[in-house]
Amino acid sequence: MADLKYESPTTTEAAVALLAAGGEMARVFAGGTDLLVQMHEEMIEPTLLVDIKSIKETREITFEADYVRIGAAVTGAELGENDKLVAMWPGVVEAVELIGSYQVQGRATIAGNLCNASPAADSVPAMIAAGASVCIAGPTGTHEIPVEQMAVSPGKTSLAQGEFVTSILLPNRPSNAGDAYLRFIPRTEMDIAVVGVGVSIELNADGTCASARLSLGAVSATAQLVKAASGILVGNKLDDTVLEALASAASDACSPIDDKRGTIEFRTKVAGVLACRATKIAWQRAEKN
Amino acid sequence: MSNDNAKTNFQWVGKRTRRPDGVDKVTGRARYGDDMSMPGMLHCKVLRSPHAHAKILSIDTSKAAAIKGVKAVLTSAEIPDHPLSKPPYAPIINDMHDISRNVMARDKVFYDGHAVAAVAATSERIAKAALKLIEVKYEVLPHVLDPIEAVQPDAPILHEDQFTFLGDKTSEIPSNLFRSSVGERGDLDQGFGEADLILERDFSSEPVHQGYIEPLACVASTSEDGCVELWTTTQGHFVIRALCSSLLNIELAKIRVTASEIGGGFGGKNTVYGEPVAIRLSQITGRPVRMVMSRKEVFRSSGPTVGSRTHIKMGVKNDGTITAAEVETWYQAGAFKGAPTGRAVETYFSSYTIPNLKATVHDVCVNRPKVAAYRAPGAPMAAFAAEGIINELANRIGMDPIDIRLKNAVTEGDQSLGGSVYGSIGLIEVLNQTKNHPHYLAPLGPNQGRGLALGYWMHGGGLSSVSVHLLDDGSVTVATGNPDIGGSRSSMRVMAAEELGIDIELIKPIVADTGSMGYSHLTAGSRTTFATGWAVINSVREIIEKLCILAAKKWEIDVNDVSWEAGHAVSTKSGDSIKPLSLKELAAMATKMGGAIAGHSEINAGGTGAAFCLQLVDVEVDPETGHVTPLRHTVIQDVGRAISPDYVEGQMQGGAVQGIGWALNEEYVYDDQARLQNTGFLDYRMPVASDVPMIDTVIVEVPNPNHPYGVRGVGEPTLVSAPAAVANAVENAIGKPMSSLPLSPPKVLKAIEQIQVAAE
Amino acid sequence: MARHLITTTINGDEVEFACQPGQTLLEVLRTELGMNGTKNGCGSGDCGSCTVIVNDRPINACLVLGVELEGAQVETIEGMADGTELHPLQQKFLDHAALQCGICTPGILNMAKAFLAKNPDPTESEVRFGLAGNLCRCTGYDKIVRAVLDAAQEMRAPK
Repeated sequence: MADLKYESPTTTEAAVALLAAGGEMARVFAGGTDLLVQMHEEMIEPTLLVDIKSIKETREITFEADYVRIGAAVTGAELGENDKLVAMWPGVVEAVELIGSYQVQGRATIAGNLCNASPAADSVPAMIAAGASVCIAGPTGTHEIPVEQMAVSPGKTSLAQGEFVTSILLPNRPSNAGDAYLRFIPRTEMDIAVVGVGVSIELNADGTCASARLSLGAVSATAQLVKAASGILVGNKLDDTVLEALASAASDACSPIDDKRGTIEFRTKVAGVLACRATKIAWQRAEKN
Repeated sequence: MSNDNAKTNFQWVGKRTRRPDGVDKVTGRARYGDDMSMPGMLHCKVLRSPHAHAKILSIDTSKAAAIKGVKAVLTSAEIPDHPLSKPPYAPIINDMHDISRNVMARDKVFYDGHAVAAVAATSERIAKAALKLIEVKYEVLPHVLDPIEAVQPDAPILHEDQFTFLGDKTSEIPSNLFRSSVGERGDLDQGFGEADLILERDFSSEPVHQGYIEPLACVASTSEDGCVELWTTTQGHFVIRALCSSLLNIELAKIRVTASEIGGGFGGKNTVYGEPVAIRLSQITGRPVRMVMSRKEVFRSSGPTVGSRTHIKMGVKNDGTITAAEVETWYQAGAFKGAPTGRAVETYFSSYTIPNLKATVHDVCVNRPKVAAYRAPGAPMAAFAAEGIINELANRIGMDPIDIRLKNAVTEGDQSLGGSVYGSIGLIEVLNQTKNHPHYLAPLGPNQGRGLALGYWMHGGGLSSVSVHLLDDGSVTVATGNPDIGGSRSSMRVMAAEELGIDIELIKPIVADTGSMGYSHLTAGSRTTFATGWAVINSVREIIEKLCILAAKKWEIDVNDVSWEAGHAVSTKSGDSIKPLSLKELAAMATKMGGAIAGHSEINAGGTGAAFCLQLVDVEVDPETGHVTPLRHTVIQDVGRAISPDYVEGQMQGGAVQGIGWALNEEYVYDDQARLQNTGFLDYRMPVASDVPMIDTVIVEVPNPNHPYGVRGVGEPTLVSAPAAVANAVENAIGKPMSSLPLSPPKVLKAIEQIQVAAE
Repeated sequence: MARHLITTTINGDEVEFACQPGQTLLEVLRTELGMNGTKNGCGSGDCGSCTVIVNDRPINACLVLGVELEGAQVETIEGMADGTELHPLQQKFLDHAALQCGICTPGILNMAKAFLAKNPDPTESEVRFGLAGNLCRCTGYDKIVRAVLDAAQEMRAPK
């Protein structure tokens, strides 16, 4: 029965030092909505919690020249209250806001959702579609990676010992662009995604698609970018033929499992359905922007 | 006894009054199972089996016992053993042999989550750490989860000492089938011969949990003289006392059980789980012991209701007359016998005058937690099959679903399959009110469907004890032995105020402990307002008699010349101008003129009356995902007499939403090792507020002729018809019969695709 | 195990408590402070029974650590009434019979209070989604939703 220690460093450097020294039994603690559940269920028994919420930069949303920076400890509720961010990336914010209840929203963070490395994490397909990247601090300094490189398998990230996420970067959205996230759950709230789809669309002046990114969650070991979707959408308008091809591409990209939340057959079919529905929403948003 | 069930001019009955326990519950003062602590109290945690079926070869507790702060480690060796009960068996069996093994596994574990050892330590953290050091060696055995597979010749046998009970003898070889309940009448061949259309269908349903929000929790404290004090969250502390007494060989009088406020039960808190373990640990350590289950433990090891497999056949004439019905059902009892088979047989066709029928329901052991009661145990899965096939028959012969039910509805004088003859019942009224309800006539949009289903339930009566005390200042305490689970203190108060003719605020209802009250059976079976309420009425009438005697004494007149009117003793002597005496005045006189005034009643209430509940449900189905959205829901129920309409509606609404959950998403999900996969509220998907619409209620009042106020049971009938009504609505929306609960999106989507394929 | 000494404000009163690093606010309230009004239904943020308000946000007390609460403002059910005057939500829950067993009630009241602070004039649907993190197994939610809507109306009315 190892004792648990709690530290609340105020600088990134101090946090890195603590995490590096803490080894495998150290955990980054921000919102705690996954971590404390795992501890409650005795799935993990860490010996050190490094609370990063006292590090100023993890608590801020800042709009910079080419991107918006979301601190790793910014909560879902805070994201939803940031009108500028909501206007820029409504799909990403909606995805984060789907995580858990209002109570969970007051604590849960977008970075935590990413680092939990669940294939069903709601914010991740939305971030992949948005082309987001992750700022990582570690013993060797800081670096950035695309969001899709964070999770390597269910529950496992590419973070090295002593590394942690300090912020998420969302690129400034071009004009004539929009994004959306939809998920399927059996209830209306409080469920884990059975299928999640994030879409980001940029339109040409003539109303055809200039660029598109579509990402699927909960249908493979990690959330994935559906590369074929871009080829189907770019240069085209959204008609039935395109939507049919898009649905097929999304379903084809699935390699899901049967589990307590859904079947292979169901997930594969519904991925196609939601891909079309989410694309329509993103498209409408792009037309308005 | 005077019978007021035809009375309509009530002062308090039927009024909406604030509940007496309300303020404590909105301010956080109310104390539940987990809210008790005692000085020096130890914390108990339980080690549970990771295997669905295994022999326990050895348990080594030495390392756990050596941890600082661990005061005791318990295994089944510390729990007295009991022999298997022998025939004749009661309809509901409390076999101490089984219960002791369910509380703590003896030689074998029978399900994932079965208790194998327990630790009492100075903190919960230490207790949890100690569990990890208990070494159990298992020999894992093949398991079986499905009740039909479990009765096949090659199935793994759970209990080598269980033989099928065949009435006059038992089977030659051990079997997972404990017994079968059968009900029949008429001539099936003749009945099916008269039918113009015969349908056969298979139905299935999965175990669902009561889903009470308050986990099981208790604190036991024993003393050196052998006395036990137990605080626990339960639907019946007298039953807990009886079970602990039998299990642990302690005299009843030495066990005093106090029922905490109860955070939901729905049948799931009718029996013991942690209580005997906490008592034994307290006896061993000499200290109070608290045991609180985690949510995961609640799901893994407390009893859900049965899952079912059913084959049903029904025949109908073209005019809608049902001529015959035959049904065979396999219920999963879980690890030990005791599925509610008798109730299923009784409820299958009790709404209808089917002349030729046979119902057979099997009680089958499988490697799941031992089932417990859940709101009308045994009935909703039966109604799902019966109401599903009746709907399909109506569709096929082109008859309105209410008309087919009206055509075959039971009325006064008809006989149930159980043999009882119905008195005044409200089925026709329920059906007619449904037919005229705006909901039934409202148009439906695309992808929407409407379903209805009827539920029957014969509520419970039985033993109830009540003490009512009139205090010096004219206020009154009403003590019952029934935990208040859905507002029973409110209805007890209403009935006492009605009889006494005084302001309801002068009456304080309480739930007394087992040391202060005669035996009171469970708050279950929709019996409490009926039976315990009856005892309240009796008790208050005894007080009124005493007050009339007191007034006669004071006035020096014959007691026959005194009557009780509107809270006053009144002289009825003609030409007499004696000023009436109020309850308050009499109360002040009482102790000076003979002694304190109280009324008691210990009854075994008979005269229960059948209750019928119809539900009307609209849903919309997403044709691309199979997602079902409940849009509109109306419950039409004969309640006999609504004592507290707010809480009658509350029961109807709560039951309806539990039924929606059962119909759409709730189920136990196991992996291939028979380990439960959804052990929390995240994946055991009970309805949340945004999943459901407002639940409209129509209270039908056809008084139960056998009860002084005409009360029928209210809590359970709603759940009986809810899953069937939702399923029938989905069927109506997609155009394909749905026979397997839950109607989860994958199943509904598959059905829709099958229709599309068939159409192409 | 090292215990942390935390100073916080609970229902307006300064409260000092010692807690172990892994102890949740729920454990601190119930075990260390004897404040049993906050209920434990699941321990994993799925039922909402332990909903309290911390720094004006509703949160599950089972998903917050005691050590995080230095300087925080915590509101629990014990502080909802103003002295002996019940909060309008408490009144309306009684008037509408919006509780049966009552175990979910403290959490729902806190969630509703925090929700109405953000959205004082909600629709039925908004109330339902606002309370989606609070399971109630007894009532079917009908009377709860009505009580919250009625309380919202009363709270909006000029005093």
